[in-house]
Amino acid sequence: MISLAGRDIAHSWGKFVLTGLGLGLLIGVTLTMAGVYRGMVDDAQALLTNSRADLWVVQKDTQGPYAESSSLKDDVVRSVRGMPGVAQAANVTYFTMQVQRHDGDDIRAMVVGMESGQPGEPGYLVAGRQLTRSHYEAVADVKTGFALGERIRIRRHDYTVVGLTQRMVSSGGDPMVFIPLKDAQEAQFLKDNDAIINDRTRTATNPAFNRPGVPGLLDAVQALQTSSHNVNAVLVQLAPGFEAGQVAEPIRRWKHLEVFTRDGMEEILVAKLIATSARQIGMFLVILAVVSAAIVAFIIYTMTLGKIREIAVLKLIGTRNLTIASMILQQALGLGLIGFVVGKVSATIWAPVFPKFVLLLTQDAMMGLGGTLLICVLASTLAIRAALKVDPAEAIG
Amino acid sequence: MTQVMDMTPATPATPASAGGIRIEGLRKVYGQGDTAVEALRNVNMTVGPGEVVGLVGPSGSGKSTLLKCLGAIIEPTSGRMTLGNDVIYDNGWTTSDLRALRRDRIGFVFQAPYLIPFLDITDNVALLPMLAGVSNAQARARALELLTALDVAHRARAEPSQLSGGEQQRVSIARALANRPPVILADEPTAPLDSERALAVMRILNQMARQAQTAIIVVTHDEKIIPTFKRIYHIRDGQTIEEAGQGLSF
Repeated sequence: MISLAGRDIAHSWGKFVLTGLGLGLLIGVTLTMAGVYRGMVDDAQALLTNSRADLWVVQKDTQGPYAESSSLKDDVVRSVRGMPGVAQAANVTYFTMQVQRHDGDDIRAMVVGMESGQPGEPGYLVAGRQLTRSHYEAVADVKTGFALGERIRIRRHDYTVVGLTQRMVSSGGDPMVFIPLKDAQEAQFLKDNDAIINDRTRTATNPAFNRPGVPGLLDAVQALQTSSHNVNAVLVQLAPGFEAGQVAEPIRRWKHLEVFTRDGMEEILVAKLIATSARQIGMFLVILAVVSAAIVAFIIYTMTLGKIREIAVLKLIGTRNLTIASMILQQALGLGLIGFVVGKVSATIWAPVFPKFVLLLTQDAMMGLGGTLLICVLASTLAIRAALKVDPAEAIG
Repeated sequence: MTQVMDMTPATPATPASAGGIRIEGLRKVYGQGDTAVEALRNVNMTVGPGEVVGLVGPSGSGKSTLLKCLGAIIEPTSGRMTLGNDVIYDNGWTTSDLRALRRDRIGFVFQAPYLIPFLDITDNVALLPMLAGVSNAQARARALELLTALDVAHRARAEPSQLSGGEQQRVSIARALANRPPVILADEPTAPLDSERALAVMRILNQMARQAQTAIIVVTHDEKIIPTFKRIYHIRDGQTIEEAGQGLSF
């Protein structure tokens, strides 16, 4: 038996291809939305992997440093280094800001303050070198668009880009710029000159800090106000043979700090930080699926109505209902397949152009294909119902 | 026209019985009670194998209803319809049985050819044997044989839209003959054709009837072809009156 559906598609391939193209673009958007979600998850995991930490030590009762603000004194790291099972520990700061290029344009980036050779340093570079000087050097993610040797401005100071890294972005997708910890502490907590003068005057007029009988007290208080010794987190690498939970518990208990393992931090990033975005994307996927189903149903239904006379003739000459239903179903599935191929190709082409990372997974594509075919099957039922209602007598008139 | 053609009955899913079609006391009523309309009343008709008869009548006389009853599309209210030795609608015929009957034992030729636009000419004809379970190769061979007999084999790979009206009608006749049915119902087959082509179609139908011993009923208004029938049934107010035709020789 010949394939009636295949012949019809071949006969009016232009209509099918154009319809499939339209449907394909919708499917492409759907696959891309799924890719955006996957990209967010992957960014979060890359952030954790690239920090090269086994434990994140943060301010007690917070879920910092990525999901909530966390502030620790920078000498906490010393006591953490002394805990059993800790191989390396280093201070880090994170803050998101507009980093200015030399030509005045700015880009949103997450500025990371870190210590050279310690956890928190980018694991690999695609160009240039790691930070070697104590001040005014930066390593930037390639997504910032900065070039090696370019001068960028962070708050009041200029930095020279000495290295470029890749896939180092915040959970929000902002590319990272790594600078020395001391510079980052200053940039993060630095006040402007007017505010410093106002604070100094306010402190000097406070009799509690400006006692005639206690020389040096005012200077000490003012120095404390203008300097920063805070960091956002301490990153810990474990010594061989130690379990994360085994090392985390004493720090939590004796240092009165919050400690997250890799799993805990991943839970915060994926399940909490991007949960709302994931639900948003999920809603979009549902809407797109409904729209796709409506389009396929409308197209197949219209095409079936356009063939009522032929269907009547087919029924009159003894074609079984199953054969006619199968023809319509196959056409719907054919349309879905054309749409899926167009959608997959489109998504693959435009995914790299997106500003945030879009991760297109084969498993998502397979689910998309299954979903598309299911939608086509459901959408074709309306047309099949209409076709089966056709009276063979319509062929006679 | 090529004369050599195998017109022996095929082996369809529904076994064909010898002999044409006979209708006795056929009655069809649409609706019920006060709104009931009697479209056919006491229709009697007999068409033997190899015979071509005309069925003529004004609009609303019941021609279409009779054709639908003959074509096993609608069930008559009462009466007896015999195809060969089988009484149709008797002994609990199912929808599936009627579908197989239409496919294997009744050929249809319409006023417009109603060819399937997405199939080429060969497959339009071969579709019926294929639906009856004949292999694609055998069905296409049969289709080519018929197309050759009807002088349209040179357009075998063409699509219906590429054919003239006369060619399309010949293809639709080939389709009606594809399963070698004992009965062919032709509904105004010459209406859109000029005199020459209309007579050519009638010549083909007569030839096919003779060669395959097929009973052919032609519903027509067409004055051009009425003289070609040896017997004519006039239908008026749902009743048939038989009269002899001129039986014009081709």
